[in-house]
Amino acid sequence: MIGRLFSFRGGIKPAAHKEESAGAAIVAAPLPAQLVVPLRQSIRATARCLVAPGQRVLKGERIGAADGPLGTAVHAPTSGTVVEIAPRPMAHPSGLDTRCVIIAPDGEDRWIEHQPFDHRAAGRDATLAHLRDCGIVGLGGATFPSHVKLGRGKGVETLILNGAECEPWITCDDRLMRERAADILAGAAVLRELIGAQRLIVGIEDNKPEAIAAMRAAAGSEAEVVAVPALYPAGGEKQLIRVLTGIEIPYGKLGGDFGVQCFNVGTAHAVYRAIAHGEPLVSRVVTLTGSVARPGNYEVAIGTPIQDLLSLAQPAGDTDRYLMGGPMMGFALPRLDVPVVKATNCVIAASPALFPPPPPEQPCIRCGECARACPAELQPFELYWFGRARNFGKAQEYHLFDCIECGCCAYVCPAHIPLVDYFRFSKGEIWARERDKDAADAARERFEFRNFRQEREKAEKAARLAAKAAETRSKLAEEAPAAGDAPAADDAKKALIAAALARAKAQKDTVEVRNTDNLSPAVQAEIAAVEARRKAALETGAAPVATPDNES
Amino acid sequence: MMHSPYIRRPASVQRVMLTVLAALLPGIALYVWQIGPGILVNLAIASVAALAGEAAILALRRKPAAAALSDGSALVTAWLVALCFPPIVPWWLTTLAVLIAVMGAKHLYGGLGQNPFNPAMAAYCTMIVAYPALMSQWPAAGQLDFATQLQLILGGTREIDAVTGATALDTLRTGLRAPEASVASVRALDAFGFAGGRGWEWVAAGYFIGGVVLLATRTITWHLPVGFLAALALISGAFWLADPVRFASPLFHLASGGAMLGAFFIVTDPVSAATTPRGKLVFAAGVACIAWLIRNFGAYPEGIAFGVLLMNMCVPLIDMKTQPRVFGHRGGRPS
Repeated sequence: MIGRLFSFRGGIKPAAHKEESAGAAIVAAPLPAQLVVPLRQSIRATARCLVAPGQRVLKGERIGAADGPLGTAVHAPTSGTVVEIAPRPMAHPSGLDTRCVIIAPDGEDRWIEHQPFDHRAAGRDATLAHLRDCGIVGLGGATFPSHVKLGRGKGVETLILNGAECEPWITCDDRLMRERAADILAGAAVLRELIGAQRLIVGIEDNKPEAIAAMRAAAGSEAEVVAVPALYPAGGEKQLIRVLTGIEIPYGKLGGDFGVQCFNVGTAHAVYRAIAHGEPLVSRVVTLTGSVARPGNYEVAIGTPIQDLLSLAQPAGDTDRYLMGGPMMGFALPRLDVPVVKATNCVIAASPALFPPPPPEQPCIRCGECARACPAELQPFELYWFGRARNFGKAQEYHLFDCIECGCCAYVCPAHIPLVDYFRFSKGEIWARERDKDAADAARERFEFRNFRQEREKAEKAARLAAKAAETRSKLAEEAPAAGDAPAADDAKKALIAAALARAKAQKDTVEVRNTDNLSPAVQAEIAAVEARRKAALETGAAPVATPDNES
Repeated sequence: MMHSPYIRRPASVQRVMLTVLAALLPGIALYVWQIGPGILVNLAIASVAALAGEAAILALRRKPAAAALSDGSALVTAWLVALCFPPIVPWWLTTLAVLIAVMGAKHLYGGLGQNPFNPAMAAYCTMIVAYPALMSQWPAAGQLDFATQLQLILGGTREIDAVTGATALDTLRTGLRAPEASVASVRALDAFGFAGGRGWEWVAAGYFIGGVVLLATRTITWHLPVGFLAALALISGAFWLADPVRFASPLFHLASGGAMLGAFFIVTDPVSAATTPRGKLVFAAGVACIAWLIRNFGAYPEGIAFGVLLMNMCVPLIDMKTQPRVFGHRGGRPS
């Protein structure tokens, strides 16, 4: 068992607001008129579309195949007809479009044939492929493909199940742990076998006593269920690993490098469904809360437009926007026709009363509150000053990229500076500069290579000429003694020239074309007659002979 | 707000400044009780001058005045100027000092948050260099009634030596120059109380109470005051142990002059002090060492202001060299 808990520095304790929705059991959300299923359901990878408009699909049928190393499959969330395959806005702050399969449900919700997957018989690689083809990604919000995260299958000693759920308002993992603890742990057992971990630790924030009790009852001696102090962001992967094991995983490193791997409880549940029932991931639990009459937790088909969900919770009249995710790291939905995706853990109806607009920004007085709150142990105000001065190199030196954008600094800042926005800006500028620099480097390399190639060709040419000249010289040097004395050589040359001239003359004679060739016999006869007359005239005397033509 | 986080702790710069002002109240109360209510007149003069100066320079800089005037930072500067000046300086000296602090040391560098030097200490140093006599006359407890104080403050000029004396620190330093003098013989003089200057040790106790309030409300961290007081106690203690005839005890140094005001209210100015935990300790210890040197060997009655300004200059270097370790990284400095 765990002897003691470690702690991470910083962190904040915002009002949890869990009680609004924590009491509501998970219920299935009704199917909407149309499901919009993005083909991009895992980080940085879009699935290859497998269906065509008009095609009938069953629930769980694969409609997108995993493409690339980070790809996962995408499935029809219910039975129905593919209406269209078109770009639709996605649940992202930008509201940019992504390619989606639009399915009209037939209402039967008929499953495709599926059966349990014997992962022990199939072996590790086949199991990972099965999870990929079941569309299993991390349900904590990052949607990182689980089959990739399961890694090499060795060298990881500890598997951590993340049930911390530290963001205010969100209760989907809490409900899942209360209601489906055994399934979660069965999924965790599969994950544990796949990564070859010795121990399994479940970390749950101590403000969820029911979930802790349920998980402890289900776990028995199989797992250590640990209550961690409720301190945002305790559910951050690196923070939870730190609290439970004392290991600090630096920026750019993965838990696996330090012998520990972390999965969300929802992911473990999805793994259980994929192995024990062969079900792909076609729905997830979403918390609907905030300024609503009936907060709750719903099992929602992936692709359900968020506006179709909202009526379930009955938003209050003062709602002015909707947040996806928690208030610390979530974002305001740019529009409501965007679909629920695998990352959608919570939709909060925001009102000015719940989330008042921030007071105007004031000057930074370097009070250091942000540094005390930062779980990455950064000096956010220094990064802010560097970012403001566009001194991005210095910001990088001060570990800007270790910032996890948890928002603790902005939460505590007495000057109301949107620090995280400054850091996002700085990171974006640095990325843009890196891209520009890469492009410039590539151009310079091309230019330098061209110069190098030209130089090389010139050198090669010079070398060839030099070699030839040397060869000729050496040949001449060899021939000189063999050819005897110099006059003899001159005579030979003269003879050669004379012979060449003779050849040229002969050739000229043979090729000389006359206009008298190839004439008809009549014309030839006439010409012959003319020639004969001329010859006769020439022969008769040197003096001109008076002819009848010449008499005047 | 456009982006996350969408929730914020109810905190503001104004709240920080008002907490500092509130924490000064115990010290001010004891000041009035021990030394006289003249200080209240000085505080009022300084406050009016600070707000007027801030408003004037904001108008010159074409900046919106309402937010900056209400943030309370000008009042904090004004009160610190009034409290670290002798309570009987003429009104124009206080006014001039506050204008130098607010318009010069603060706004000429860009306003709140931008000044590299502590404004109150910049004003103090300017004034003690410009008006050393006026700035060196401190009354002891019960020496002057309110009417006399008021007359001195508002009158503008006066016969200085007739009514006031030097501070305990000053008396000690000059007294020790006499042959055969010792700390004990000088401290037997009337200017001294049980710990520091007579009456002033009570005021210092009031500032200490205010400092505890600041620590309890998490307005300041422990590093700066503890670093300052510990370094002052260490250096004075070391010399006192080596030669108690020539050097005063740590208790005397901690209770005298501006030690308590400096420890909790002056070196803790977040804008101009070092910001990293280790840097704060270095900064505060530097101030304490310079103050002790000036107290013992310098020409001025108190050295904290010079110590603060000199250490302000070192802050960029101190901060750079004391960057804390980042989560998951070994070695503290930015690589």
